[in-house]
Amino acid sequence: MKKIEAIVRIHKLDDIKESLTESGVHGMTITEVRGFGRQKGHTEVYRGTEYAVSFVPKIKIEVVVSEDKAQQVVDKIVEVGKTGQVGDGKIFISDLSEAIRIRTGETGDATL
Amino acid sequence: MNNWLTTMMTLLLLSFCWVLVGAQPVWAQDGSAGLIEPPVATVSDSTEEAASDDEDSLEALRLDTDILWTCVAAFLVFFMQAGFALVEAGFTRAKNTINILMKNLMDFSIGSIAFWAVGFGLMFGATTNGYFGTSYFFVSGLEEGGFDQWTAAFWLFQVVFCATAATIVSGGMAERTKFVGYLCYSVVLSALIYPVFGSWAWGSLFKGDGWLENLGFIDFAGSTVVHSVGGWAALAGAIVVGPRIGKYGKDGSIRAIPGHSMPLAALGVFILWLGWFGFNPGSTTSVGGGGFARIAVTTNLAAAAGALSAMFTTWLMTSTKKPDLGMSLNGALAGLVAITCPCATVTFGGSILIGLIAGALVYCSVMFFDKIRVDDPVGAISVHGVCGAWGTLAAGLFGAEQILGDGDANTGLFYGGGTEQIVIQLAGIGACFVWVMTTCLLLFFVLKSMGLLRVSPEEESEGLDLTEHASTAYHLSEIRS
Repeated sequence: MKKIEAIVRIHKLDDIKESLTESGVHGMTITEVRGFGRQKGHTEVYRGTEYAVSFVPKIKIEVVVSEDKAQQVVDKIVEVGKTGQVGDGKIFISDLSEAIRIRTGETGDATL
Repeated sequence: MNNWLTTMMTLLLLSFCWVLVGAQPVWAQDGSAGLIEPPVATVSDSTEEAASDDEDSLEALRLDTDILWTCVAAFLVFFMQAGFALVEAGFTRAKNTINILMKNLMDFSIGSIAFWAVGFGLMFGATTNGYFGTSYFFVSGLEEGGFDQWTAAFWLFQVVFCATAATIVSGGMAERTKFVGYLCYSVVLSALIYPVFGSWAWGSLFKGDGWLENLGFIDFAGSTVVHSVGGWAALAGAIVVGPRIGKYGKDGSIRAIPGHSMPLAALGVFILWLGWFGFNPGSTTSVGGGGFARIAVTTNLAAAAGALSAMFTTWLMTSTKKPDLGMSLNGALAGLVAITCPCATVTFGGSILIGLIAGALVYCSVMFFDKIRVDDPVGAISVHGVCGAWGTLAAGLFGAEQILGDGDANTGLFYGGGTEQIVIQLAGIGACFVWVMTTCLLLFFVLKSMGLLRVSPEEESEGLDLTEHASTAYHLSEIRS
């Protein structure tokens, strides 16, 4: 199993969710997060005075999929989440040792 | 952006010409609206003639409608307390919301009691010294034999004005002032500082007599009496309490501390705008002649012009070249504060020009006070102090009483009135500044020396809601099971 964490633009969430469920992903967890990368935040003005917003709001999507599906999911997120501008986000992939469905006690790929 | 500048300048120039030529319909009105005069109830002794009876009942009806209008206007001005509370809450951080709302609630509550006990007597009692009244403390002598309903309406209208002056200060000193110290300030302003100055300009509206009004000082609804008093008190407070932690960088740079809710701030400004239709038109305290309608129009035009002018100023002047909501909201208030003094004596064109200047002035003033390290989180000093002074001066520039059918001669410089009125207006502006700054600096220094003025740096960082009130305004992110 692979755990895929994608930090994406907020307004891309709906498109990504739709495209992943179409390709057979049955569940995901999202979190509202803040951070910075190459985009380095942006400048805002409050009552005439400029200030820097260094942590930009983003959405983190967490999806756990079987080994053979991982590449397909990553490709979909890149395809749908891309605008070509700085600030599109990043994807982190890691190996996952176990998953358990609380209701039935099932483990492994059967839980996904 | 240059084309915006050109458009704005052209507009300014056009309205200026319009004002100068006085292309304004002459309003036929009896002139009674120009002065706040308690109507006199006549009790007729003669019942011989039917005509006299008709006259009496007409007079009684007039008095009733005046009482009704004055009360409705007072209710509208009361609603401005909600406006102030929301503007101040919106322009400050979420961790200080309960604190600022409590200060607003207590300003009105303390003000009501203090004005009943002491303030009304100082402001409107009979005077022997010429500087403040000495009768009607605790409204004594007014209730025996039945409280005259007109006096009740007048008292209510005055107490909401007093509370308006008091509540201006909480915004200017927000996010770092101790609650207890603030309550002490609120008592002194409502009981002493506001009423004494008020007696100088408005004492004769009841039983008092003021030296400023005897000079011929014009302040129809209180640009100086209410707003500058509050604004300068906020200036004294902001100076003594010092800037918030984080307002200035170690290198001396000015840093923005964004408020937590622009929707609250915007709602607050709309409520204040509505309330001002009681504040200015209501200051006629009289329905006769319908003079309040024209005042409602000058009030509205100045507010609109103030918002527009502040928006264009930020559009041109800020680093991002974008129209700024917060400053445009301040601009609307700046226009309203400025037109408060001259609302009854200027033409529609004049009111627009007064608002346009107020909107640009408030931006420059906010930038100026930021630069000299006077931290005013909501712009109270600039909106109420500076634009209050501007509006008071504007009465001497734009006074068009003759054109409006309210007098034999125009007092405004731009209408051939010469400089006499300007000198009187400047005397009033100066007297207000000196009186309020002296008393308030003294008051805040005393509170500071007693350790009652400012919370500790730890409490300030933690937020005043938690440290001063042991509560939190928003529970949205708490996990509920």
